[in-house]
Amino acid sequence: MLLFIAKRLLLAIPTLFGVLTLVFFLVRIVPGDPALVVLGDQASPAALDALRERLGLNKPVLVQYADYLTSIAHGDLGRSLTTNRPVMGDMLSVLPYTIELTLASLVIGLLGGVPLGVMAAVKRNGIADWLARIVSLIGLSFPAFVSGVLLLVLFAIQVRWFPVISAPRSGDALERLRALALPAINLGVIMIAYVTRVTRSGMLSALGEDYVRTARAKGVPARAVVWRHALRNVLIPVVTIVGLNLGVLIGNSVLTEIVFSRPGLGKIIVNALNTRDYATLQGMMVVFAFAIVVANVLTDLVYGLVDPRVKTA
Amino acid sequence: MSAATTVGPARVSTWTRARGNPAIIAGSIICLILVIMALFAPWIAPYDPNKQMLGPQLADPSRAHWLGLDSFGRDVFSRIIWGARISLWVGVVATVMAMIAGSAIGIVAGYFGGAIDRVISGVTDILLSFPQLVMGLLLVAVLGASIGNIILAIAITAVPAFIRLARGSTLAMRERDFIDAGRALGFSDMRIMFAHVAPNILDEIIVMGSLWLATAIRTESTLAFIGLGVPPPTATWGGIIREGFEYLNDNYLLAVFPSLAILITMIGLNLIGDGLRDATDPRAPQ
Amino acid sequence: MSAASPALSVDTLTTEIRSRGTWYQAVRAVSFQVHARETVALVGESGCGKSLTALSIMGLLPLGVGRIAGGAIALDGEAVSGRSDAQMEKIRGNRIGMVFQEPMTSLNPVLSVGFQIAEPLIYHRGLSRRAAEARAIELMHLVRIPSAAERVGAYPHQFSGGMRQRVMIALALACAPKVLIADEPTTALDVTIQAQVLALIAGLQKSADLAVLLITHNLGVVASVADRVLVMYGGDVVESAAVRDLFARPTHPYTSALLAAMPRADRSSAVIAPIPGQVPTLADMPAGCRFQSRCPLREERCAQRPSLTAIDAAGTHQVRCWVRGGASS
Repeated sequence: MLLFIAKRLLLAIPTLFGVLTLVFFLVRIVPGDPALVVLGDQASPAALDALRERLGLNKPVLVQYADYLTSIAHGDLGRSLTTNRPVMGDMLSVLPYTIELTLASLVIGLLGGVPLGVMAAVKRNGIADWLARIVSLIGLSFPAFVSGVLLLVLFAIQVRWFPVISAPRSGDALERLRALALPAINLGVIMIAYVTRVTRSGMLSALGEDYVRTARAKGVPARAVVWRHALRNVLIPVVTIVGLNLGVLIGNSVLTEIVFSRPGLGKIIVNALNTRDYATLQGMMVVFAFAIVVANVLTDLVYGLVDPRVKTA
Repeated sequence: MSAATTVGPARVSTWTRARGNPAIIAGSIICLILVIMALFAPWIAPYDPNKQMLGPQLADPSRAHWLGLDSFGRDVFSRIIWGARISLWVGVVATVMAMIAGSAIGIVAGYFGGAIDRVISGVTDILLSFPQLVMGLLLVAVLGASIGNIILAIAITAVPAFIRLARGSTLAMRERDFIDAGRALGFSDMRIMFAHVAPNILDEIIVMGSLWLATAIRTESTLAFIGLGVPPPTATWGGIIREGFEYLNDNYLLAVFPSLAILITMIGLNLIGDGLRDATDPRAPQ
Repeated sequence: MSAASPALSVDTLTTEIRSRGTWYQAVRAVSFQVHARETVALVGESGCGKSLTALSIMGLLPLGVGRIAGGAIALDGEAVSGRSDAQMEKIRGNRIGMVFQEPMTSLNPVLSVGFQIAEPLIYHRGLSRRAAEARAIELMHLVRIPSAAERVGAYPHQFSGGMRQRVMIALALACAPKVLIADEPTTALDVTIQAQVLALIAGLQKSADLAVLLITHNLGVVASVADRVLVMYGGDVVESAAVRDLFARPTHPYTSALLAAMPRADRSSAVIAPIPGQVPTLADMPAGCRFQSRCPLREERCAQRPSLTAIDAAGTHQVRCWVRGGASS
């Protein structure tokens, strides 16, 4: 198993390298002089020079690129242009909130999507099937901020069940959970939609497989045929779709955090956008790049758990 | 050339199957209404969308102003109608750009294979692994928020998906000896790629385009909501929601109405996209 | 329940399948009995109804596509046809075991082989998972899977085709049923493995007093292991005989054609005569004798359906044919 993890990590290096390179060049396509964009037309030449010096803009691009990779390797994401604080520290202080939100929505997605997809497949055109269709339409088509705004209006303004500002005020577990509920549901519905779809179609094809007929021929009760024999196989595509959509989840968590005024990476990014803080923006993109690579490796590890063919192959 | 004739009947059945599909009909009606709203906005909208102080700020819906007034006293109904223009224009242009560029690159990769394919596929995979929304944010942030840059940014985020689709379909055509037949007849690479391969994968590209149109409009409104949309005072759906969001406690209807406009658009486009996909999927029951 | 009751008895079983909204008879009034230690073979080309007969017995017809339209099925004299699926669950794997054709796809890829063998014991015998898996090792020994104790936790992809079929046999026989249905058990295997698997089934049959219903299109397999043969065509049993009689005196034109199409060591391959034409689809089946569209002996009366009539004094060799069936000795 350790060897398997090591192999996966090794395989992730080219992807990580690629995404980091992508981020580096994306941030450098700013038309014109970035220093001018940041400081504005009124800035003195001395101030512009100082900023260029600080950003390393006076060096050749390849040297900048090497510096960039070196500092990332040292865990340095640079300093904010507006506050001059290390991006890494700012990021780490809110990271738990984003992780909490992402995990909660993942759990909602799996606990809601898998049973719904299974029931939709077992009884086609039944109630569960219709529910599955509606949920996947909502989850796949509504922008996260739209569903977020509507959830807020419904459950925080019309019926005051949940706080409008989802920043937990105290460490109280219940308070924390109440603050997490709406954002996690908002993000969870998206995940439910993906999981339901893939579970339903996977289940439909699994139920036609020979091994399902074998299980029935053994006298395995119908319920166990569905939930053990067929579902165990459907988990493989479910893991794939969850892994593929972690990026979507991360992207939408940014929006969800903004709508629900939750501390997190989303807030840092929006602040950086509004203040043209390219250094912070670049640092945050690097964080996303790492998050995606970590998500991919985790997905591969989960594969090993649900599919015995992976470990031994 | 014989392969082209065998593909012909399949395409006919795809579109005839699509025509009777109730999801596609419902989706088409919704989208038709949207297009009419966007095209004839100056005549349909009861007020100038940018005219301020038509009445009390954040007024509730009334007979004069069906959806109420915003914080500048502008007519929300008129702004939503004009907002359809921006959303549809950005969505359609960005998607068409991505379709054309992505298909061309994908066909080249699939057709030539080898090192060209490896480089293109590698870059595509990396682009696809990055969250599309975050990428759009970053692009607009560095390019600057203007309608042209927003279109460009959304198109760039959609290109990798079309590259992958077109490459896969082109590879599948090569499997069917379709390309070799063209070569044997002495056609040039360009002619085979764009006169023979491209028309044959058009169905799939269009189906995917219809699904991406929804994504593009979603991205546009999201950017506007974050504050990276077409700059004010131009009316955009995301922008109206952004404004309504600030006054959520005073009058949440300002945020709700444009949200509903987006939801209806998304439902319409997804009905068409899913319907088309089902119609082109040979495994789907009729 | 008397000692004379056959382990499996099928009486005028009629099964219908649905195609484009219409129900067609795919198995027509098929009757046979299988006694303990006996092997009865159902033979015919694909689409002749032999697998549907097996699925009907098991109660595994696909819902909405296949249904039993008539007849009775009994195990040890006790009628089992007409039972609900929940009731059949208690019978399947417990009193009848079934082995399928494709060992590659018939085992669940994500469950361990040991668990798959143990499962019927858990459901039918109420064994704990641990006790059932211990028993699974013994069953793996029984079907001669080497180093069973180490491989009990392995997964199907780690086994060869022949070994997987042994696993299938082990799980079918886990609860010591009296009846085993083997649907083309060796078709997907290499020739050398085929003989081993057939010998294994034959050995287990003797030691456990099994009644075996063997479904195959391979007359060579029939000749080596079966006691009685039913030749099926278009859902009809067209000839039924002891295996010796069938090979000595094939009577129905379809049986003759099958035998002529069979490669044999004592015959050069030039003499192999393939059967002309194809089995018509159920929608296109001719009225009367269903083989008439491919039959060289076709006459006018073949438009009426012939009945299955005995052609020997003991009444054990029966043929459904106007032309040949009348020529009684």
